[in-house]
Parts: sequence; structure tokens; C-alpha cells
Amino acid sequence: MPELLIRLNDAAKSRVLTLQEYFVLAGKSLRFIFARPFYAQDVVQQMDEIGVKSLGIVLLTGVFTGMVLALQSSVQLKTFGATMYIGNLVSASMIRELGPVLAGLMVAGRVGSGIAAQLGSMRVTEQIDALNTLGTDPIKKLVTPRVLAALVMLPVLTIINDFIGIIGGNIIASFVVGVPTTQYWRTVWNQIAADGFTLRYIPNDFVQGLSKPFVFGALISITACYFGLGTTGGTEGVGQATTRTVVTASILILIVDYFITQLLLSVLTYGR
Amino acid sequence: MADDPTRRSSDQNRSVRAAIRREIAVDAPAREERQPRGAAAPRAVVEVDHVWLAFDTPVLEDVSFQALDGETVAIVGESGTGKSTILKLILRLLVPDRGQVRIDGEDITSLTFDEALLVRQKMGMVFQGAALFDSMTVFENIAYPLREHTQMDDDEIEARVREKLQFVDLDPDQVMEQFPAELSGGMRKRVGIARGMANNPEIMLYDEPTSGLDPLTTATITRLILKLQHELNVTSVVVSHDIRSVFRMASKVALLATDHRITFFGTPEEMTGSDDRYINDFLGGASA
Repeated sequence: MPELLIRLNDAAKSRVLTLQEYFVLAGKSLRFIFARPFYAQDVVQQMDEIGVKSLGIVLLTGVFTGMVLALQSSVQLKTFGATMYIGNLVSASMIRELGPVLAGLMVAGRVGSGIAAQLGSMRVTEQIDALNTLGTDPIKKLVTPRVLAALVMLPVLTIINDFIGIIGGNIIASFVVGVPTTQYWRTVWNQIAADGFTLRYIPNDFVQGLSKPFVFGALISITACYFGLGTTGGTEGVGQATTRTVVTASILILIVDYFITQLLLSVLTYGR
Repeated sequence: MADDPTRRSSDQNRSVRAAIRREIAVDAPAREERQPRGAAAPRAVVEVDHVWLAFDTPVLEDVSFQALDGETVAIVGESGTGKSTILKLILRLLVPDRGQVRIDGEDITSLTFDEALLVRQKMGMVFQGAALFDSMTVFENIAYPLREHTQMDDDEIEARVREKLQFVDLDPDQVMEQFPAELSGGMRKRVGIARGMANNPEIMLYDEPTSGLDPLTTATITRLILKLQHELNVTSVVVSHDIRSVFRMASKVALLATDHRITFFGTPEEMTGSDDRYINDFLGGASA
């Protein structure tokens, strides 16, 4: 029995230490955004890597999600004779939930794994030690540019994902269900307006839909850098770091999404 | 009479030591180059003073040695005895549990992370696998410490990179725009040395500089390290398994034993002249 308690104690300490290291890395990487030297070129390069190169999968995900959303909802709405409200359903779902979450999951899979593999390889080939010996803080040089780029690019990708998803819904609404395009876009706007505004002009749906990717961007980049920098055990370790990054970041996105939604629903005044 | 294995092993070790002595005699000109020059009483540049370090198990126990100005100290020993860890302590990538590591008389064990970054600028490090940045060209790799820590303009940086590449016998026009993946193992090591010396450091640290190389490339790298010492008079600490190269380049040799302590610290001549059984076994095994 004491043996079991000792093991539990060790396991608990190890988890707490992991959390502490994670938050220390997060704190440092965010603090270094405002500290010299600024690696502007690295930030731009990472924006290209995280944002521009993820555009393809985000566009594909968005358009097909919007299309399937319109298709599925049309079946239900038809039974009530309410197919003209497809636009409401597609826009609310895309902007509030599916846009940010799907963009986050896609970026976690594509970019998170890439960051973890790159930093993991740098760790096992002593390139991180080389940075240290050359008098450079690896967090400042490697982590901060990636975190900053993700913070900027994930909201951008989400906006594109939302828009292309609504267009996907439009395609199905117009060509399969028979809802005129003008009617579709009118219902899209009606939905956005009906959900109320923050500070009089910013739609509540946008506040909810854009605050999430900002958090997801930080989660994905910090998780990937954490597992990448902590890689041990050669190439096998790189593989494990990559897998852990994708699994952990995806789960964190879904969990954090729930809590952000809960928080925003209690703060934002919907329908006024 | 039955063949006595102990006696046979002892005979083998004697012949190995004799062979090493002959090699030391052959390498006499190279050894002349490694002697520290300058002041009559050279100061200690690197001092490792009664250092203890343990993670889950002991890594180093009461380890002490010093490298004087212009001297080359080689750390040898079996795998897993903590040789590379000593380099990490000198670089202040690790902090000892007890004891001090001093660079130019300054104890670096109590420095903050940012202060340690400044101390590291005095040092150049050559890694076992060269550790060149994959995403950068050879030029960018060597220019990196210059861009980070100096106010040199682009022309000055290019001139310095060319100078260092020529020093390590590489043609700048041929290799500068190549990526590390396009280079051979020996070329990567040479670029690693060029990057390590880009900032004209006071101290050079080498982690297994000749491992994984063919004999000719090993000789080339050893010659480069000697040239660096001779022409620039840097203080060097070398971790190596390659006893022949070590004896060519080292002023002093520190032998780390399996109990994680230094069992011998002296000149190569003193080492080969020692009657200590562990030293003889190590030299016999290392040269086999």
C-alpha cells in the first residue's frame, strides 16, 4: 500500500512539474514578444508556414463543411417548410463553432506536428544546444516567432474558413435545395444581426468566433514547441513528440472551446 | 607451460604503450605546436573545481582540472563516464550540485541565464555531429554568431566567413551557398569548426571532433585543431575517444574512470609512462 501511495505521489508530482514547465514556456514565449532582439524575419517566415501554407486544407475543410451542413439541415428544415432559413443555420454554426474549431484542428494536425518534428529534430541533433552555445535563447529565437505567427494567422485562417464555409452552404442552398442566393445571404446577415452586438458595432458572433482561434493559436504553438523542445530518444522521440502534440493540441482545442463558449455566452448579451 | 591470460594481457598493454610512445615521438613537431606560448606563468582560463553532479545516478564526483591560457586539455574515458557533461558545465548549460566552474577566474555556476549567454560568447563549441542549422546555408551558419553579437556590416561578415572557411581548408565560393545536408561528414565538421571560431573566441570546446570520420579526415581535423591552437593561441578542451589524435593535440590529458572521478591528469608522456593498471588497460583497449 505505501508503495502504491509513493507511486501516486511521484506521478502527481510529475504531472504538476509538466504543467509548471508548460506555463513557464508559455509565459516566456509571450513575454519575449516585447523583448529585444526581435526576430521579424523568423516571424514572417512562420506566418507563411502556419498561415499561407495551411490555406489549402482550410479552404477544402471550410467549403465541404458548409456544403454538408446545408445539405443535412435542408433535410430537417424541409419537414417544417423552413428551407429558407438554411443561411441562418450555416452562418451561426460556421462562425461560432465549426470555423474556429475545424481551422484549429487542421492547423494542429498540419502545423503542430511540423513544429514538433522540426524542434524535436533540432533537439536530438544538438542544434538547440548549438543555439545556446552561440549565446541565443532558443525560446526567443524558435518559440516566440511561432507563437506570434500562430496568434496572428489562426484568426485570419478562421475568417477565411467561415467565409468559404458560408459560400459552400450557398452552393448547396442554391443548386440543390433551391433557395435563391439573395435570400440565402439575407438570412446569413439576419442571423448575425439577431445575435446582437458588442460595443454597438461588433457582432457577438464575430466576438465569439474570433476570440477562440486566438486562444487556439497559442495552444497549438505552445504545445508543439513544448513537446518539440522536450524531445529525447533520437528519431523515435521525434515521432512520439509529434503524435503527442497532435493528440494533446486537438483535445485541448475541444475542451477549451467548451469553456470559452460557456464564458462568452454568460458575458455576451445574445438577441438584443 | 600453460598460457597465463593475465600475463598475456600485460604483455599486450606493454607493447601498446611502446607503440603509443613511438607515435608520440613521431608526432613531436605537432606536440611542439600545442605548448602554451606567451607569459612565463600562464593564467588558468578554464577551471573545474571539485565538481559534483548527479541526476538519478551520479554523473561526476569531485572532478577537478584546469586549462591554462593556450593549453589544450583532452578529456578521455569510457562511454557514459560524463565526459560530454563536463563541456556542458563549462558552457553553463548545466549547473553542478557542488563545486565551481570558473572561466577567466569568474565563477559561472551562480550566473543568471542571460549572464550565462554573455559568458558563452567567449567560447566556441564544435559538436559531435557538427550541429549545423539545417535550415541555413553554410554562409548563414557561420555568419549567425556575428549577426547575433556584433555590429559588423554585411561586407565585414562576408569577409570574416570567407576567412574562416579558408582557415578550415574549404573553398568559400564552392560551399558558402550549400546547405549542411549537401556536405560530407568531414566538411560538416570543418564548417562546425569555422562556425565555432567565427567570433574569434578565447576558448574552444570540442565534443568528439573526430568520431565517425575516416583516418584521413580524422588527420585533417586534428591538424586543423592544432593549427587553430598554434595560430590563434586559443585555450581548448577536447572530449574524445581517439587516443592517437588526443596525444597529438593535447597538452594535458584527464582520464575519467567509471567511478565518475578523474583518475589521471597530466601530460601524454606521463600517461603512457604510468604503471597504473586502469590507465594501461584503457590505453590498451583504446588503441586496440
